[in-house]
Amino acid sequence: MKDFSIKWRIIKNNIFKISIIGISLISIIPLFLILFFIFQKGIASINLNFFIAGTKPTGEIGGGIANALIGTVILVLIAFAIAVPFGVITGIYLSDNKKSKLASWVRWAVELIQGVPSIVLGLIGYAWLVLPLSKLTGGKISFSALAGGLTLSIMMLPSIIKSTEETLKLIPHSLKESALALGVPYYKTMLFVILPAGLSGIITGILLGVARIAGETAPLLFTAFGNYYMNVNILKPIDSMPLLIFNYATSPYEDLHNIAWGASFVLVSFVLLLNIFARLVVKRWKVQF
Amino acid sequence: MEGTILTTKDLFVYYDTKCAVNNVNIEFQKNKITAIMGPSGCGKTTLLRCLNRIHELNPSAKVEGKILLHGEDLLAIDPILVRRKVGMVFQRPNPFPTMSIYDNVISGYKLNGIRLKKSEFDEIVEDSLKKAALWKEVQHDLHKRGTFLSGGQQQRLCIARALAMKPDVLLLDEPTSALDPISTSHIEELLVELKKTVTIIIVTHNLAQAGRISDYTSFMYLGELVEFGATDKVFTNPQNEQTERFLTGKFG
Repeated sequence: MKDFSIKWRIIKNNIFKISIIGISLISIIPLFLILFFIFQKGIASINLNFFIAGTKPTGEIGGGIANALIGTVILVLIAFAIAVPFGVITGIYLSDNKKSKLASWVRWAVELIQGVPSIVLGLIGYAWLVLPLSKLTGGKISFSALAGGLTLSIMMLPSIIKSTEETLKLIPHSLKESALALGVPYYKTMLFVILPAGLSGIITGILLGVARIAGETAPLLFTAFGNYYMNVNILKPIDSMPLLIFNYATSPYEDLHNIAWGASFVLVSFVLLLNIFARLVVKRWKVQF
Repeated sequence: MEGTILTTKDLFVYYDTKCAVNNVNIEFQKNKITAIMGPSGCGKTTLLRCLNRIHELNPSAKVEGKILLHGEDLLAIDPILVRRKVGMVFQRPNPFPTMSIYDNVISGYKLNGIRLKKSEFDEIVEDSLKKAALWKEVQHDLHKRGTFLSGGQQQRLCIARALAMKPDVLLLDEPTSALDPISTSHIEELLVELKKTVTIIIVTHNLAQAGRISDYTSFMYLGELVEFGATDKVFTNPQNEQTERFLTGKFG
C-alpha cells in the first residue's frame, strides 16, 4: 500500500514536470514559426540595393526601403531625444518619492498610458499636433516626422520611467547617504552617483522602449503619414518601416509584397538584435554593490 | 570647557510625534574619541545623524534645540557646508560602485566641482589612504574598482573618502558591525591613530570596542542621555543604574 502511494506520487510528479516542459516548448513554437516564415519570405528581397534605393514608381520593378529606413531612424531619434530625459528624470523622482501624492498620480498615469491603444495615441497626436500646427501655419505643415516622433515618445515613456524607477529602487539607500554626507548636493548625488550605478537597468529599459516603438504603425498613420519619397525634413511627412510594410502589403502588386516581406525581415531582425543587446548590457554593465 | 568642538544644547528629535532624542546636552571634546552606546532604539543613531544633518533625509524627522560646531549653530548653516566639515562613515561599507579606488577617495572634491591639479589630487589620495591605513594594500591598484576590495578594506576606503574632505569631526555609525574581528581591529587601531587630526564620534553596540578605543563614553536610554564621562570612569564606576545594568549585560 505504502509502496504504491510513493510510486503514484513519483508518477504524478513526472507528469507535471513533463507537461511544464512540453507546454513551454509549444508556446515558443509560434515565435520560431514566425521568425522562420519571415526569414524565408524576406531574405530573397535583401541585397545592397534594397537598403540604398528609394521607392520606385508603381509598375517599375525593383526599388528599396531607403526612405523608410531613414524615416524610422529619424522618428526613433526624435522619440528618443524627448522620452529619455523626461522618462529618466521622472523615474528618478518616483524612485526617490515613494509615498508622495504626485508620485502616486504619476505612477497611475504611466500605467494608463501603457494601457492606451496605440491607435488612440495616434489620434491624439493628430488632434493635438497635426491639426493645430496645420492651422497655425496655414496648411504648410500638417503631417510631419516631428508629430510622429512626439507621439512615439509618449509610447516610449512608460518603459523608461518604470525601468528607471525599479532599477534605482534597488540601489542601496546608504549609497545616497554617503554621497550626501560628503557635502555633495542632491542633484549631483543623483546624477553622478546613483544614476551611473543603475545605468545598465536604465539602458535596458530605453532599448526595449526603442524596440517597442520601432515597429509601431498605428500612431504614425495620422502623424508621420508616410512618404514615398526620401525625406529628412522633420516638418514634412516621413515614411517608416511599419508604414511601408502596411502600405505595400495592402497593395495589389506582387513585387511590393516582396519588398514588404523584406522590410519585415529587416524590422524583426532589428528588434531581435535590440533585445539581445539589451540582455548583454544587463550582463556586462551590471554594477556590483 | 576647553577643547570642546561640538555641543548639543537642549536637543530634541521627533519622528512625527514620537520623541527619539529627548533633551540631550553633550559636549564632544576635540581630538578625542567619544563613544555613544545604548540599547537598540535608544536614539543613538538618530543623535549621530543629526550632527551632520543627514537626518533630514527622513522628512518626518524634526529637530529642536541647538547643535554648535565651533560655537556656530549648524542647524542654521547650509547642510552641504555642514557635511563637508562633519564627515560620516556608515554601518555597511559603501564605496561608490562605479568609481575606482582613486576616484572614490577624491569623490568629495570631484562631485562638489572642486578643481585641483592632478598632483594635488594625487597627494590627497595618498595622504587619505595612508591615514586610513589602506595605502600599502592598494597603492598599485588605485585605478581598480573599489568594490573588489574586502569588506574591511572597503570600510577603510570609506574612511579615506570621508577624511579626504579634511573634516573637523568624523561620525561613525557602527562601522565595524558588518566586519570580521581582524578587520575590526584594523579599524580600531586606525581610529586611535586618527584622533590626532580629527575628532571622532562613534556609535557602537560593542562594549569592548568602546572600552578599548574611546576616551569618553556616553550612554543613552529611551532617547535620554543618562551618562556621559571619561570612559574609564563610566566603565568602572557608572553613576546611573541603567548604565551599570547595560554594562554588565543585564539588558540591551
